[in-house]
Amino acid sequence: MPGKLKAKIVAGRHLPVMDRASDLTDAFVEVKFGNTTFKTDVFPKSLNPQWNSEWFKFEVDDEDLQDEPLQITVLDHDTYSANDAIGKVYIDIDPLLYSEAASVISGWFPIYDTIHGIRGEINVLVKVELFNDLNRFRQSSCGVKFFCTTSIPKGYRAAIVHGFVEELVVNEDPEYQWIDRIRTPRASNEARQRLIFLMSGELQRKIGLKVLEMGGNAVVGYLQCFDLEGESGLVVRAIGTACTLEKLSSGSSTHTHPNTAPASNACNSPSKDGKEPVFGEDLPSSSGPPTPFRALPTSSSSPPPFSPSKPCSRQSSSSDTDLSLTPKTGMGSGSMGKDAGPLKTLLRQQTQTALEQREFPFFTLTSFPSGFLLHVGGVVSARSVKLLDRIHNPDEPETRDAWWEEIRQEIKSHAKALGCHAVVGYSENTNICEEVCILSASGTAAILNPRYMREGCLDIAGSDHRFEDPSPSSCGFCHIPYDELNMPFPAQLTYCFHCRRQKVPDVLFTTIDLPSDAAIAGKGCFIQARLCRLKKKAQGEVNATAISNLLPFMEYELHTQLMNKLKLRSMNALFGLSIQISVGENMLLGLASATGVYLTALPAPGGIQIAGKTPGDLNNEQHIMNIQKRINDTIAKNKELYEVNPPELTEEVVGSPIPEPRHRSRLFRSHSESSDELSELDLSHGKKDAFVLEVDDTDAVEDIHSLLTDAPPPKGFHSCNTETMPGIYNWTSALQMFTSVRVLRLSNANLTNQALNKIFTDLCENLLKSFYFKLRSMVPCCLSHLNFSVAVPEEELIQVAVTAVAMTFDKDQTQEKPAEKPIMKGCSEGEEQLQFPLELCADSSSVNSQSSSRISGVPESSSLSTRAASVDYGSFADRCSTWLELLRLKAHTIRRGSVKTSRRTQSLAHSVSSLEHSSPITEGRSRLLRSSRSFGGSSVSVVKMTPLSFLPGTRIVKYLGIINMFFIRETTSLREEGGVSGFLHSFVAEVFAMVRAHVAALGGNAVVSYSMKDCVLMENPNKNQCQCLINVSGDAVIYIRETDLEAIASTVGLSSTNSDGAT
Amino acid sequence: MAVELDVFVGNTIIMSEEVYQLWLDGYTVNDAVKVRMDGGALDEFEANADVVQSDTMDQYRTFQMCERLLHSPTKLANQLLFQIPPHRQATLIERYYAFDDGFVREVLGKKLSKGTKKDLDDISAKTGVMLKSCRRQFDNFKRVFKVVEELKGPLVENIRQHFLLSDKLARDYAAIVFFANNRFETGKRKLQYLTFQDLAFCAGQLINNWTVGAVDNMVEDMDVDLDKEFLQELKELKVLITDKDLLDQHKSLVCTALRGKTKAFNEMEANFKNLSRGLVNIATKLTNTKDVRDFFIDLVEKFIEPCRSDRWTAADMKLYLTHYTNSAHILDTFKHQVVWDRYMGVIKSCIFKMYHD
Repeated sequence: MPGKLKAKIVAGRHLPVMDRASDLTDAFVEVKFGNTTFKTDVFPKSLNPQWNSEWFKFEVDDEDLQDEPLQITVLDHDTYSANDAIGKVYIDIDPLLYSEAASVISGWFPIYDTIHGIRGEINVLVKVELFNDLNRFRQSSCGVKFFCTTSIPKGYRAAIVHGFVEELVVNEDPEYQWIDRIRTPRASNEARQRLIFLMSGELQRKIGLKVLEMGGNAVVGYLQCFDLEGESGLVVRAIGTACTLEKLSSGSSTHTHPNTAPASNACNSPSKDGKEPVFGEDLPSSSGPPTPFRALPTSSSSPPPFSPSKPCSRQSSSSDTDLSLTPKTGMGSGSMGKDAGPLKTLLRQQTQTALEQREFPFFTLTSFPSGFLLHVGGVVSARSVKLLDRIHNPDEPETRDAWWEEIRQEIKSHAKALGCHAVVGYSENTNICEEVCILSASGTAAILNPRYMREGCLDIAGSDHRFEDPSPSSCGFCHIPYDELNMPFPAQLTYCFHCRRQKVPDVLFTTIDLPSDAAIAGKGCFIQARLCRLKKKAQGEVNATAISNLLPFMEYELHTQLMNKLKLRSMNALFGLSIQISVGENMLLGLASATGVYLTALPAPGGIQIAGKTPGDLNNEQHIMNIQKRINDTIAKNKELYEVNPPELTEEVVGSPIPEPRHRSRLFRSHSESSDELSELDLSHGKKDAFVLEVDDTDAVEDIHSLLTDAPPPKGFHSCNTETMPGIYNWTSALQMFTSVRVLRLSNANLTNQALNKIFTDLCENLLKSFYFKLRSMVPCCLSHLNFSVAVPEEELIQVAVTAVAMTFDKDQTQEKPAEKPIMKGCSEGEEQLQFPLELCADSSSVNSQSSSRISGVPESSSLSTRAASVDYGSFADRCSTWLELLRLKAHTIRRGSVKTSRRTQSLAHSVSSLEHSSPITEGRSRLLRSSRSFGGSSVSVVKMTPLSFLPGTRIVKYLGIINMFFIRETTSLREEGGVSGFLHSFVAEVFAMVRAHVAALGGNAVVSYSMKDCVLMENPNKNQCQCLINVSGDAVIYIRETDLEAIASTVGLSSTNSDGAT
Repeated sequence: MAVELDVFVGNTIIMSEEVYQLWLDGYTVNDAVKVRMDGGALDEFEANADVVQSDTMDQYRTFQMCERLLHSPTKLANQLLFQIPPHRQATLIERYYAFDDGFVREVLGKKLSKGTKKDLDDISAKTGVMLKSCRRQFDNFKRVFKVVEELKGPLVENIRQHFLLSDKLARDYAAIVFFANNRFETGKRKLQYLTFQDLAFCAGQLINNWTVGAVDNMVEDMDVDLDKEFLQELKELKVLITDKDLLDQHKSLVCTALRGKTKAFNEMEANFKNLSRGLVNIATKLTNTKDVRDFFIDLVEKFIEPCRSDRWTAADMKLYLTHYTNSAHILDTFKHQVVWDRYMGVIKSCIFKMYHD
């Protein structure tokens, strides 16, 4: 069924001079959609033409509406020769196809030419009239909303989360077609841009169809990627999470009175159910804790933890030598998981059935409505090395589908091995070098609350769901989902330091964001592991095998590094972990980024001990002691820096903050397995689980040095790669999104692995240093969502591209924990605090209260405890020769000791938090008012961009649609454009400008969840040439500043404020 | 191992005013880095030389890309390439169009042509302003000159609107345009002691009182060209020195008023005729373009220098000129009061401004 697309060309400005003689231009415009083209009149001799054209009307299928972009070409009329193209604008009209999104696209668009960049601007009006389509067999999926945001978008509630959707389309790359030899670079670039526009339109439509089939109406966490496979073709693929979203009609009433929430959640316990699914609200008093805590009879039903600290235990069936060449390196892929222990809860069975119906129980979301995520198992990942061959039939992309299918199956089985039925924070990516392609997928194994999976789930009332949700939200997700008696790998389990009812692992790695209600101590920090490995140059299968053999070692090394760095910061959990492996002709690069945090539910991390190989050597001993001292100092310094002062009870038992040589946990290097230390430890627990860093060769020394070279961010700066910075809640509204790219040429051909590592590490560290320096005027500020991507564009080149956002926060309030948190994250801590004393047993609230007691400033108690802790620990260690015993003792002491302490601090905490509610917030607001003053006089409306899903101090009132743009820029006068840096600098600026223009034309004032997915740079300085491809995406939104909102809210309803935001 | 590429682009423009100034002053990246490091950039945020270098490069590139827009500042507000907060836009423009007094003093009154541009290296060497900066400043003068040349309406207002400059800077540019247009001689050794601000003030006086615009404000070039009719009328003032009676009468009136009020009275009395002849001769010759060019030279030679050699104080000068002007009104045979006032008003304020060491 058709729709009618209408376009009107209004005017142009700042056009380039096309006629040297007159210094003017005779411009006209071609408007093309599908195969139909219209032209405006020529507006002679002007650089600011006013065409004011009629409405050009295209009558088209809605299928085409979804696939095709509107293509606007500005040309210079020439009577005698061919008309010269000035540039083009592609407008994705998809946002006009949703009923509630934008109704018109209107505004100034930069006129873009792939050779010259932006050349003036054009003012265009576009409208769509859609006729209702009742055809069941339609090929279009108009109306399905797409969000890049990896959480439930603000202003919506997820009625049902249907699950994973994926699709890929392939085509021949125009750059590699025969015709490319005879056409101009411009024509070739334009063909490519257009094709990718078409392909992503088609992809989106097909995914939309799948969503409709599942009964959903939206895709959240939509992630689209291009694989430029060169000769073998072009693949566009996407994954996402299908949901049924319901718009929250009148925001405020829903939040304050859960009972009045949308009719569908008629429930008996309104204080919980009604609100829970409502996630991503920025109103303070929305969704409370999932449930009043009920002591669950199921004692320790939980199986052993996945502990990534022992990567050696991974059953990395590394390189299958058959042609699939798939090293399976799921971290913590284990043997077991099928029978997850005798005490399966009702919950697990339910959820499993709900999820098992699905082929892939994957979720691309990284943060969830509270109550959705029950337990987290750990990171699962799979990589596979493939040899590319030409895609013979683009309409049947079976090979690529099969490849991904294989990987996903593997992920699924890894998750199962961890006793989990779902994978959250799931993502896929590829890395291509010549004809070798590495496919990677990773996610976090988890157990989800089945209520969100089922149709009509919301009618199932509270009584049922209390069973399903046995743990308090602040620690529940830490509880191990697998079977203790049948651990897939060795790990140290302790009882949860929060509720002390279930087991938790000693370390937790995840790819998701920190759950908003998780209890933490101190602040988070950005942790990165970097690694380079040389590889012999090779071709084809040999090359693939070589890579495939290297991969597990790289993952292992990265893992060890992450672990050590985590310990060094005295933290015990990683969030937002992403591991990238990039292949070049003669090397592999590995980069793992994550945000470290101290979860108070998990045991405190032990320190790091350095052990010498030859005990007799005095010199050596001295040296080792020096290193040891440096490490201990660093740990102490980091504790202070990140304010990691875990509640007393953990310290009393678990470990001294600064480990003393004899009794600290130990860390192992892979190749030191046969050492004496190991056998000794084997006695203790039979597992390789200690943290001794052995200085047995130069490698080890290098490693220790690299461990210590990571400079902490300068004062006033924090950084993380997750959505929100753990431990900072009081953002002010200033923000600066940026993209930075750095390419290093390795001049020395005979580099060792160590030297390469050092170079790579320095590259990353220097980038961070540069950011801090550049953004120093924003202090105090936090670099959030630091997204590094590495590539080896050519032999001897290393490219690192970073996109992140710097956000200011109010320093005065950082100390005062979560008073303001609900404002940001949309979950009510206030309510939580009310409920805890009533419904939680005393000890589970202990962490909560203690973390605030730290804040409230009871220094004596904390300092006392540290002292006590070290003494205690010492005596323990003397007595306990084995870890096992120690563990048991720990558990006991926690049970006995902590109740007292928590009670003591509880009342204090409450009085403090009530104080916090009043003054600091208002102060923060007033500051916010000042700093968020928009740029009044400017004639170009300001468009904010952020890789996060929210804008601090504002409320997103409308999602206008997805922005997904692909640009190519090429130059044959590289030197004249300021070299490759000058070229890329202007290209990135141009891309930003085009994104902003499209958002502004949709009526939006910000892009959230912005990301630059690809930045492929190919240079040939000798020929003075360079080409670059950039792919960006995000969600166009309208936001209103909270200060404005408050003013309006008293009189007008939320919905009517939309129009205000648009202006 | 070398950094092949290094860029950092913010959604909102990122710039430091310090680096912008270094760029404007014509420092190369390396020199700018040196200056920044010497200035203590290293102490901040644990920066090292590489970090400062990279930051400087990024900003320099940004400025270079902005430069095209700065040439027509109105475009800066509605271009889409860079997102620049309005206060930043204002800073960018104001600083870009700011100039060194030392440099402008050298160029003032010269033809803004290619020929002059070739002399810029000499000026650069003489003033210590870097050649790059000299070029920018010179091109700015030229650009402003070219744009306002063809516009109607008040000069200062036109400059302010087309280049979005502050009032002060717009006035200075008006002075530069005015000097360039009338090609006033300012480079003679005797005039060296005058600063740009002295001359700009005088230009302001001339623009406000002697141009066509002072009487009619809708003519082309109204503020750039002197009022021809007025210059003609100035010839009539000659009677003040040619008519012996009038001259004597004038002298006695002034002397009566001045007697006892200043130490320099004797010198004033002795020099009266000379000085008066000097001023009136300047007036009567202004119909010649050549003499217009020498206006400031003449003022200095014919009036300021003699007074200075007689050690008049500034107060003496003020006193003398006031009475000199006012006394003419009392002369009953002197009929050109209006022209006289229009002339002497400007002369008075110019000499006040110019009478210093």
